[in-house]
Amino acid sequence: MASVSVPAEGGRGGLLRRPTATTGFWSWITTVDHKRIGILYGITAFAFFLIGGIEALFIRLQLAQPNGTILSASTYNEFFTMHGVTMIFLVVMPLSAAFFNYFIPLQIGARDVAFPRLNAFTYWAFLAGGLFIYSGFFLGGAPNGGWFGYAPLSTVEPGNNMLFYALGLLMTGIASTASAMNLAVTIINMRAPGMTMFRMPVFMWMALVVQLLLAFALPIITVGLFQMLFDRRFGTHFFDPAAGGDPVLWQHMFWLFGHPEVYILVLPAMGIVSEVLPVFARKPLFGYQFVVFSGIAIGFIGFGVWAHHMFAVGLGPVANTAFGISTMIIAVPTGVKIFNWLGTLWKGDIRFTTPMLFSIAFIAQFVVGGLSGVTHAVVPADYQQTDTYYIVAHFHYVLFGGAIFGLFSGVYYWWPKVFGRMLDERIGKLNFWLMVIGFNLTFGPMHILGLQGMPRRIQTYPATLGLGVWNLVATIGAFIIATSVLIFLLNAIASFRRPKDATADPWDARTLEWSVSSPPPAYNFEEIPVVHSLDELWHRKYAEREGGVVVPVPAGGAGTEPTHGSGGGQEGHGPSGHGIHLPGQSYFPFVAALGLPLIGYGVIFHLWIAVAGVVVMLAGVYGWAIEPASE
Amino acid sequence: MPLPRPRRTLPRTLVGAVALIALVILAAACAPHATQDTLKPAGPYAQKIDNLFRPVFWLAVGVFVVVEGLLMYLAVRYRHRKGRREIPPQVHGNQRLEIAWTIVPAIILVGVAIPTISGIYALAAKPSGQILEVNVIGHQWWWEFDYPGLDVTTANVLHIPVGEPVYASLCAAGLGYHGQVAPNGCQEQSAYGNVGDDVIHSFWVPELAGKQDVVPGRTNHLVLEADRPGTYTGQCAEFCGLSHAYMRFKVVAQTPSEFDAWVREQQANAAVPAKGSLAAQGQDLFSGVAGPGTGWCIACHAVQGLKDANGNPVVQNGGPNLTHLMSRDCFAGCIFAMNQADLERWLKDPPAVKPGSWMPSYGLSDQQVRALVAYLMTLK
Repeated sequence: MASVSVPAEGGRGGLLRRPTATTGFWSWITTVDHKRIGILYGITAFAFFLIGGIEALFIRLQLAQPNGTILSASTYNEFFTMHGVTMIFLVVMPLSAAFFNYFIPLQIGARDVAFPRLNAFTYWAFLAGGLFIYSGFFLGGAPNGGWFGYAPLSTVEPGNNMLFYALGLLMTGIASTASAMNLAVTIINMRAPGMTMFRMPVFMWMALVVQLLLAFALPIITVGLFQMLFDRRFGTHFFDPAAGGDPVLWQHMFWLFGHPEVYILVLPAMGIVSEVLPVFARKPLFGYQFVVFSGIAIGFIGFGVWAHHMFAVGLGPVANTAFGISTMIIAVPTGVKIFNWLGTLWKGDIRFTTPMLFSIAFIAQFVVGGLSGVTHAVVPADYQQTDTYYIVAHFHYVLFGGAIFGLFSGVYYWWPKVFGRMLDERIGKLNFWLMVIGFNLTFGPMHILGLQGMPRRIQTYPATLGLGVWNLVATIGAFIIATSVLIFLLNAIASFRRPKDATADPWDARTLEWSVSSPPPAYNFEEIPVVHSLDELWHRKYAEREGGVVVPVPAGGAGTEPTHGSGGGQEGHGPSGHGIHLPGQSYFPFVAALGLPLIGYGVIFHLWIAVAGVVVMLAGVYGWAIEPASE
Repeated sequence: MPLPRPRRTLPRTLVGAVALIALVILAAACAPHATQDTLKPAGPYAQKIDNLFRPVFWLAVGVFVVVEGLLMYLAVRYRHRKGRREIPPQVHGNQRLEIAWTIVPAIILVGVAIPTISGIYALAAKPSGQILEVNVIGHQWWWEFDYPGLDVTTANVLHIPVGEPVYASLCAAGLGYHGQVAPNGCQEQSAYGNVGDDVIHSFWVPELAGKQDVVPGRTNHLVLEADRPGTYTGQCAEFCGLSHAYMRFKVVAQTPSEFDAWVREQQANAAVPAKGSLAAQGQDLFSGVAGPGTGWCIACHAVQGLKDANGNPVVQNGGPNLTHLMSRDCFAGCIFAMNQADLERWLKDPPAVKPGSWMPSYGLSDQQVRALVAYLMTLK
C-alpha cells in the first residue's frame, strides 16, 4: 500500500528540496494526494468544457440559418474538430478521471492510489497535452481534420494543424495509459479488508472496466497517431495508396480504439447513476450482479463492433453483416442496465434531488441514444444515416444526454463530500430543467435534419435544402444549454460563499466515502475500515430483517463508526491523524510532464527544442527515481 | 398502502408537455419541404432501405414509449411523500425478471437482424440485365462522371435513364494518375491527371440510394436507380477539407429516349464561335492561341475539338471537361447557377468564392473575363 511509508534516510539523495507546503500554489503543483489531483482534474475538465461549449455555440450560430457567414470555412473546420477533441479527450475523459481519482480510494477503503506520484504525473501530462493542442490556435492553426482525423486528408493537407492533434493526443494518451494502470492496480490490490470484488460499489466495477478498456484501446490509437505523425513529418507512407499504403488502415486503427472509447466515456456515468439511484430511491441497486456483468460484457463486446463506423467504406457484405450483428448484440447488455435501473426505482421512496433528476434524465435520454443506435445497426439504413446529423443526434444523446448528464449527477451528488458544502437545490433544479429542455431542443431536431439529408461537418447549407427551421430550433436549444451551464457555475461559486454546511453523510448514502467527514481528511480513514457487505455504510446504519424490512441500527451497535451524522464544519484533522504515513509531495511528476510539450514543439518546429524537452523530462524522471516515496 | 391523490402540479406538467409536443408538430408542419430527404425514396434501391428503416423505426418508437412510460410511471408512483418515514423494502433483484429482460430484447434483435442481412446482400449485388455503368470520380471539390463505352465525360450533373439500374464505380481523383495501375472499374480514367489532394469523399443521393465512400486506393460500387424523371440533389458526405460543404451535385433522371438524345449531344465536338465575335476572342484566350501568357484554362480543362497554339488537341488534365458546359445548370460543385454573372464572378477569383479552390485567380482583366465567359456560353 502506497500510504505505508518507505523508511527514508532523512530526505537526502533528492535533486530538489522536498516540498512541504500544504496550502497555496506550490502545494497544488507538488501534490500527490488523490483528492487534490481529482479536484485538479475536475476543474481543468470543466474549464475545457466551457471552451468546447463556446466552440459549439459558434458552430450553432453559423448553422442557425442557411448560408451562414459567422465563421470562415477554415475556422469552422478548426472549431468542429476542436469541439470534438475537447469534449472527448479534455472533458468527459478527465471529468471521469476526476471522480475515479477522488473516489476510488474512498470507496474501496484505501488511503491513496497505488502510485501517488504517477497519479500526479498523469494529471500534468493530460494538462500539457490539452494546452499543447490548443496552442495550435496561436501557432499557425489548430487541428482541422475532424476528431477522427481521417487519412489521407489529415496527412496531406498543408499546415501543422494535424501535427498538434497527433502529438497532443499522444501526450493525453500517455496520461490516460499511466492512469489506467495506476487505478486498475489500486482497485485490484488496495481494497480494504473484507472488500471483496462483489462487495465493491458498481461505480468501482465500472471504473475497473474503464481502466482495462483504456489499457487495451489506447495502444492502438497510439500506434495510429505515430503513423500519422511519421506520414506527415518524416515522409513515411502508411496511408498513401500511391506508395502502397492504405487510408482504410487508419480508420480501422482509429475505430478499434474509438469504439471502446465510447464505452470509456459512458461507463463512468453509468457507474455514477448506479450509485445515485439506490441512494435516492432508498433501495439497493436492482440486480447488482447483472449490472456488473453487463458492464463487463459491454467492455468485451465493445472491442468487436468498431467497423459499424465504417459501413459505407466498402468493406463488403460479409464484414458489414458481421459488424451489424455484433452491434445488435451489444444492445442487449445495455438494455439490461436500463431495466435494472427501472427495477431500482420500483417500490422505492424516490427523492427528486438534483443528482437524482440528472440520473433519471440520463436513463430517459440514453434510451433514445440506444434506440437510434439500433437503427444504425440495420446496416442498409446506416448507408443513409452515416455522416449525417442523425448520427450527431445519436451520439449526443449518448455522450451528452448520457455521459454529461451522468457526470453532472455525480457533481451534484459528491460536491458536499469534496468541498464540504451543499450546492443549492433550487438553483440546481433550475440548472437541471434548463439543461434538459436545452439539450432536447438542440439534439432532438438533429434526428430530423439527418434523415432529411443534412450531412455532418458542412459549414453551410443552401436554403433550397429546406433545413433552416430545425437548425434554428437547435441553435436556440444550444443557448439554453449554455444558460444552464452558467447557472451551474453560479451555484458552484455561491456554495463557496456559504459556510461549510455539509455533514459526513447528507444523503443517507450507502458507500464508504460517506463514512468520513466532508471533506475527508488527507489520510481518508483514520482506521482502515473492515467491510462486511455490499453497501457497507448502509448496513452499519440499518439492519435488514427477513423480507427486506429495514430497521435503524441503534447508535453504537453493530460496529458503527461514530462518524455518521457528524463532521459538519470540521476540517477533518482528526486528533489521531498523526502517525499515519502519507506519500510525500514531489516536484518531479510536474517536471517530467513539462518535458512532453517541449518534445512536441521540437517535432513540429526545431529539433533542439525536442532535445531540451528530453533533458527536462529525464531530469524529472531521474529526480523522481532517486526520491523516496515519503520522508 | 392507500395511494394519496397526486398533487395538482402533475396535470399541469402534462398540459405543458402536450403543448410542447403540439408546438413541435406545428414547427414540423411549417418546415419547408426538404429536397434531399432520405424518407422520400424515388427509386427501388432507396426504397429497399426505407422498407427496412420504417419498421425498425416504429419498433424503436414502441420500445421508447414502453420504457419512458415505465420510467415516468415509476417516478410518479413511487415518489417520496411528505411525512413518510419508513424505508422501502430492500429488494435486491429478481433473477427471473432479469433473465427475461435479457432474452426478450435478444429475440427482438434476431427479428431485426434477418432482414438486415438480406438487405445488405441485396444492395451489394451487381444488378443483371440492362444496366448503365458510370465511373464517379471524387475531386477536391467537384464530381466527375464518366460513361465508359459511351465516350462521355461530364461534371457535377449526372444524367441517368429512369427505370434502369445504374452501376457506379467510385474512385477518388489521383488514382492511376501517378503512373500506377488503375483499379478495376476506373480504367477509363487513367489518362487524366489530377489537381487537388487525393482524399476520401462519399457519394450520396439520398432519394436514389444510400451513400458509398470514395476511397483513394480502392474502387467501390453503388447501385442507384430512379423510378420517375426528375432532378435529385446530392452532396459529398465525407469530410474532405475546406470546401466539403461545396461539393454538391445533381442527378437528372430522364426517359430513355431523352437520355439517348442527351448522350448524342454530349458525344459531339464543342461548338466553334463565329469569327470576330467576343466569344472567338475568348476561345483564343482559353486555348492560348491569343499569344504567350494566355491559355491558362487548357492546363486543366478539356474542350473536345479545340486545339492549342501548337495545333494539338486539348486534353483533360484534372479539371472538369467543359465541352458541353452549358448543358449543365450548375458549376463548381453545383454551388453556382450556370449564368453569366456567376461565371464572371467565378473566373475573377475562384478561391474568393469557394474556399480553397484549386483553380487559382489568374488576375484576369474584366475584358478577358467577359470574353472567356462569352466563349464558355457557346459550349452548349
